[in-house]
Amino acid sequence: MLDAEVLVGGEMLEEIEVSSGFGCDLISDSLCFARPGCLLLTGLTNSQIIRICEMIEARAIVFMRGKMPLPDVVELAREKGIPLLLTRMFLFEGCGRLYQAGLRSY
Amino acid sequence: MQLKFEVTGMDFSRAGDATARIKKVLQLAGMGAATIRRVVIVAYEAELNIVIHAYRGTLCAAVGPDQVRIEAVDEGPGIKDIALAMQEGYSTAPPHIREMGFGAGMGLPNIRKNSDELDIQSEINCGTRLTAVIYNR
Repeated sequence: MLDAEVLVGGEMLEEIEVSSGFGCDLISDSLCFARPGCLLLTGLTNSQIIRICEMIEARAIVFMRGKMPLPDVVELAREKGIPLLLTRMFLFEGCGRLYQAGLRSY
Repeated sequence: MQLKFEVTGMDFSRAGDATARIKKVLQLAGMGAATIRRVVIVAYEAELNIVIHAYRGTLCAAVGPDQVRIEAVDEGPGIKDIALAMQEGYSTAPPHIREMGFGAGMGLPNIRKNSDELDIQSEINCGTRLTAVIYNR
């Protein structure tokens, strides 16, 4: 649906169930508005987005617009057990497709 | 229970460590998820304010059954106008910090929104002391 490739955690994807989705390129807004159990769509690829994911208990991250995180960020996600996906799609379109498929922000 | 962590200015590799550890302690203590969420937001924003704006500082958490007190004390440039800094969207963060997804001017407003008591004391060219209390409802 997002035409995404898996960067890490492919083996976890079968077991993961996301209860909501959140799309954002700001750290503070991701922290305050994303719900636990969500799928996080973002263009931020620094290590703080992994921290945020851990903090808000997001299930997985999809990096948008083809933004590839550095190897240390991928490694941090592996350590934390957070699957990472990568797509060339824009944030707007990715969110739109998931919304159309029934995913909501809460 | 008292927790205290050293926080270093501009050290983004360790930024968020202190908050993550506070969160773990609260989970082990069996505190409610809603309270933990508010503490995490307050602690993370306060910790990142030290990383982004100050030279160094400490993040402390005093955990009790009824409340959690977060205290962030830093050595740094201080806040010129606290009322202005409390406004949503006001930020003094430089462009390279904004590129990392920070500096949207929501740090202090988010802290205020998620705490039940908040006090900020700041002295220019000296530092800032932020104390926030989150009630365990």
